[in-house]
Amino acid sequence: MTARSRQGALAVASALAVAWIVFALMVWLFGESPLVVGRLLFEGTWGTGYGAGQVLFKATPLLCTGVAVDLALRAGLFNIGGEGQLAVASLAVALVGARVGGLPSWAAVPLLLLVGAVAGGAWAAPPALLRARFGAHEVISTIMMNRVADALIGAAFGAGLAVAGSVRTEQVAESARIGRLDLVAHAFAGSAASFAFLVAVALAVAARWFMRHTRVGREVALVGQNAEACAAVHIPVRSRLAFALVASGAAAGLASAGTVLGYKGYYEIGLGAGAGFGGIAVALLGRSSAVGLVLAALFFGTLQQGGLAINAHVPREAMDVLQGVMILAVSLGDAGVRRALAGRSAVGVTA
Amino acid sequence: MSNSLALTLGSETVRMAVPYACAALAGIWCEKSGVVNIALEGMLLASALGAVVVQLATGSALLGLMGAAVVGAALGAAHALFVRRGVDAIVSGIAINLLAAGGTRFVLRALYGSSSNSPTVAGFQRAIAGGTSAATFVLDSVLSPLTLTSVVALAVTAGVFAKTRFGIRARAAGENAEAASSLGLDVARLRLAAVTIGGAIAGIGGAALAFDQHQFQSGMSGGRGFIALAAVIVSGRRPGRAVLACTAFALLDASQIIFQGKSRASHDLVTALPYIATLLSLTVLGRRQRSTVSV
Repeated sequence: MTARSRQGALAVASALAVAWIVFALMVWLFGESPLVVGRLLFEGTWGTGYGAGQVLFKATPLLCTGVAVDLALRAGLFNIGGEGQLAVASLAVALVGARVGGLPSWAAVPLLLLVGAVAGGAWAAPPALLRARFGAHEVISTIMMNRVADALIGAAFGAGLAVAGSVRTEQVAESARIGRLDLVAHAFAGSAASFAFLVAVALAVAARWFMRHTRVGREVALVGQNAEACAAVHIPVRSRLAFALVASGAAAGLASAGTVLGYKGYYEIGLGAGAGFGGIAVALLGRSSAVGLVLAALFFGTLQQGGLAINAHVPREAMDVLQGVMILAVSLGDAGVRRALAGRSAVGVTA
Repeated sequence: MSNSLALTLGSETVRMAVPYACAALAGIWCEKSGVVNIALEGMLLASALGAVVVQLATGSALLGLMGAAVVGAALGAAHALFVRRGVDAIVSGIAINLLAAGGTRFVLRALYGSSSNSPTVAGFQRAIAGGTSAATFVLDSVLSPLTLTSVVALAVTAGVFAKTRFGIRARAAGENAEAASSLGLDVARLRLAAVTIGGAIAGIGGAALAFDQHQFQSGMSGGRGFIALAAVIVSGRRPGRAVLACTAFALLDASQIIFQGKSRASHDLVTALPYIATLLSLTVLGRRQRSTVSV
């Protein structure tokens, strides 16, 4: 373990400790025992095959959006437009998916994954362009794109894209669905986990590989570290920034594999909502490694599923609070580590 | 358009502009001092609940308003302190939004046994008691304590940043933190003060939101914090123009409600306008904005 990853692990461990304390406090405020509720949380998630499958199901979109946020962060960009990118991609996937009935599964599923990635990337393109061409802050523009997506999807559904009298699309073709994991792993019986989880893991690995082993990927990371130096050695900074943001949008769009293709079979307003922001928590906790991102997604998936398991005792909203607490605690931990390192190098000790 | 319809539209617009305007003014306090605040949404939401909880507990709308301001100020102070401790302002803002969304539903269930809405509250009494004509509704929304408070907030915001020593120092902290601290200014404290005051103003907006509906509803901020952020950007962080933009957004909202004959599709398209306007304005403001905003 390098010094840096040790420090990162320390920040994560202390964040987990803080989250546990906040959890215990909330449970205690409800007059319940933190240990008892904590055990319920565990039993409702990793305690049964069904619970574990549900965790994988909840983790699937979070892993995609986590990879998305991480990709942009490497370039020094904050993509908080995952919500809108996922919504637009889900709609596109559902619409195309309903029209590919003639295709066999091996063609339909990859085609729809591509549609999701392209639609997500397209929704990230205006912020990418605004950033690259005009220097506009991607945080503001991606927030605005989230809201525009909400409005446009509402308008499109109102104008007849939805099944009459509902806020959902038609069912996608059967051949376009991604199968449930319990078809091969009976332990997960009844859970909504699908092979989309493996798609998400493959995405995490592929993104990692791309950033390390391709020229464009390495240049993106360099731009994230020092854009001025990159400009000096003629790395096309603007196009690398734009690329990172569009790639990030594409990754977020792939989350629709878990929600539309693997689960519902159609898109309805609100499906997958929250995954875009959840991806920020995953990326911060995942420390830019594929394994870290998978573990972080599983962790927040556990919280989401665990919230349902404890809902009768403590409101499941406690888990949303914990998500916010984790984000702050990890960031505070990182900042603390940074300060400590800066302090040490200031007195001449190499960190 | 008949006279009374115009008056109704006017009074609805004023009423709906208050939460937008307060949140936008809050955004200006933060941005001018150099702290990006995308947590306006969470501040509106949490303080709306604060207003309801305090009024239900004490029976006083005025105390409810103050409670909302305290909640907003506390979130503002937390934001400033996290940023001071090295947390990215965007990360802190997202976390506060998530905490507010989850936390308000948690508190709702803890206090009132429902995660969707609170019991009803009276809010402020109507300024003009008994009147039913459209004209009295206009007077009523113009003279409501919430409208008046937000007008005061506008005047104070404009005055502080234009004329006072504190305002000019806070602006210096926002425009060039290094230069400001080399002149001996305590940048962190200036920011803490500005973001806390901003939070309190956002809290007034939250109270307006809750009292207007006479209850707290889960997620009732409904993106207003982001519209306010849009107004801050479009106005170039000028208080008067930001409030004007907010009033325009409110007029859009109000006309949607009053002219309900139109289809839902066109309604949704119209709601996208403020965001699209902001995206377009970024092509002009982009560089300027990036150069002065510290993230």
